[in-house]
Amino acid sequence: MIHNYTKREDLVNFLKGKSVEVRKEIIKLVVTAGGGHVGGGLSMTEILLAMYYHVLNIDPKNPKKEDRDRFILSKGHGGVGICPVLADVGYYDHCMMDDFNQYLSPFGMHPDMHKVPGIDMSTGSLGHGLPISVGLALGARLKKASWRTYCLLGDGECNEGTVWEAAMAGAHFKLGNLTAILDRNRLMLDGPVNEIMEIDPIEDKWKAFGWDVRIIDGHDYNQLIDTFESLPPISSQKPVCVICNTTKGKGVSYMENQTKWHYGGLDEATEKQACDDIDKICLP
Amino acid sequence: MAGGLAYTTDDLNDLTQAQIFGRVLMDLGSQHPEIVALSADLAKSTKVGDFFAKFPERSFNFGIAEQNMIGAAAGLALAGFKPYAATFGCFASMRACEQVRTDLCYPKLNVKIIGTHAGLSMGNGGTTHHATEDIGIFRTFANMTVMVPADGLETAKVISASIDHDGPMYIRVGRGFEPPAYESLDYDFTIGKAIEMRPGADATVIACGMCVLQAMEAAEDFAEDDGPDIRVINIHTVKPIDKEAIIKAAEETGVIITAEEHNIIGGLGSAVAEILAEAGLAGSVKFKRVGIPDVFSVIGYPEDLYAHYKIDQAGIYDSICDLMGLEKKDRDDEH
Ligand SMILES: Cc1ncc(C[n+]2csc(CCOP(=O)(O)OP(=O)(O)O)c2C)c(N)n1
Repeated sequence: MIHNYTKREDLVNFLKGKSVEVRKEIIKLVVTAGGGHVGGGLSMTEILLAMYYHVLNIDPKNPKKEDRDRFILSKGHGGVGICPVLADVGYYDHCMMDDFNQYLSPFGMHPDMHKVPGIDMSTGSLGHGLPISVGLALGARLKKASWRTYCLLGDGECNEGTVWEAAMAGAHFKLGNLTAILDRNRLMLDGPVNEIMEIDPIEDKWKAFGWDVRIIDGHDYNQLIDTFESLPPISSQKPVCVICNTTKGKGVSYMENQTKWHYGGLDEATEKQACDDIDKICLP
Repeated sequence: MAGGLAYTTDDLNDLTQAQIFGRVLMDLGSQHPEIVALSADLAKSTKVGDFFAKFPERSFNFGIAEQNMIGAAAGLALAGFKPYAATFGCFASMRACEQVRTDLCYPKLNVKIIGTHAGLSMGNGGTTHHATEDIGIFRTFANMTVMVPADGLETAKVISASIDHDGPMYIRVGRGFEPPAYESLDYDFTIGKAIEMRPGADATVIACGMCVLQAMEAAEDFAEDDGPDIRVINIHTVKPIDKEAIIKAAEETGVIITAEEHNIIGGLGSAVAEILAEAGLAGSVKFKRVGIPDVFSVIGYPEDLYAHYKIDQAGIYDSICDLMGLEKKDRDDEH
């Protein structure tokens, strides 16, 4: 963990403050970048902050630390959502992102592991992260290492067959050190997931594939922390899928639950309104 | 897209070149009830969405599942339909690669694949969204026809011609901000027949896609300075390729430069090299491939990347100078 809070309440208050800062930085980056995957960036803010500040065993000063937990952003279009969090926990300075998306910048729409410290794998093509995570988890077990592998997926992404091939393998190989996290914001690019390609009953699917399933509010820090603190030991026989119910575009009134804000750009007025809205969000 | 502009996915899609593909396909749809359209959560971005809106009963969105989409396209073709499947070029050529080869090309099914945002046109999307191998991949599949229209107008020509073409076809289109190489639709277009965009006796640029216009402008630069006379050939069909036009250009001009928004390995340059070598011209022709030099691209806006990899007007101009031993222009004032 990257904090010294001993009391849960203090930690949660600290993280809530971070939610506001990070969301505003996402907005800023979208402006710098000339456009970005803002909706899905805003939906995973609490998940990422809880993971990077509290759950993951990492050392931002030593990003390649051998026994660190691995975090794979399978929904790689979340670059604009994860990069501010990595800066915030200390992998690099915030100002490093001043040229986000620009010519020769290390920071693009889809994070590159050789350019962005803290990124464990380059992603961007959907459906790749969970198979990679299965391999990491198998590798950790072979090495008798105690680190865990976490993989964050989009719900639209669950249309990809490779997600389910990996789900099958994760259960088959009894990967208790593997955790999938689903950012279930119910929208994909062309529209609502249940209209474009239904994935429900998603909970039953993961269960049928042999995973333990938890369903939580992905914007509620207490639920996030409780869930990840109570994961079964890595020696357990089942991988866990944490389904996080979230809101795409969370925090910005005109973006929330709007398909079209999957990707977008902002002018001065829309940027200001976004930041004003973010100041007002009340998290549980 | 520059910063400071308010737009969303919806507005962006009003600007794309793929829009022309969408319109033409929609028009064809009225005349051809056997056309069906498929996408994989990119109906809006690829513009096949126009067809979706007009013919919802003949349109299928498979969600983010490209392999399934192409497999299902094979099934629809077996059932007697003419499927047009649209996704980004990278996913069409790599994610669904085996389905294209084994389920479409092997049985020679009548499926047209539209790969949009191809080449480096996804700019800051980075390597996961660049398609700089697609021509090379699809060129090696027997029965496959590979089309690389130079601009939106030619995209319209290709889509119109595709309906009467028997067998699988890959149609590679850019993102949509490319300026046109043609002034109107008033020209003869035949699949497999190269187009001489500009006559010239001293050297030839053989180009495809967005490089066609860049090559024409580079040739114009030379003309303005009373430099060499550069022929420009548009290879809109990379397979089957127009061998005669290539050999003729090699014999008549003696200098050949290929220009493409693709890895220099496997694409147009390789195809032309094969022809020149087999025609016994390898020793007598000066030859250079201009393209992405077998690297994964840096990020930036497409224009930045075209300049970075020298596949723009200035880059093609300089390559011609290198090959012909000419002095390069001092372009500092232009930057
Ligand atoms: C294999 C693949 N196909 C298509 C895309 C284009 N694409 C990028 S994001 C996206 C929608 C993702 O939806 P979801 O997984 O629900 O993510 P979120 O809503 O959280 O942004 C699509 C289709 C891609 N990146 N990879």
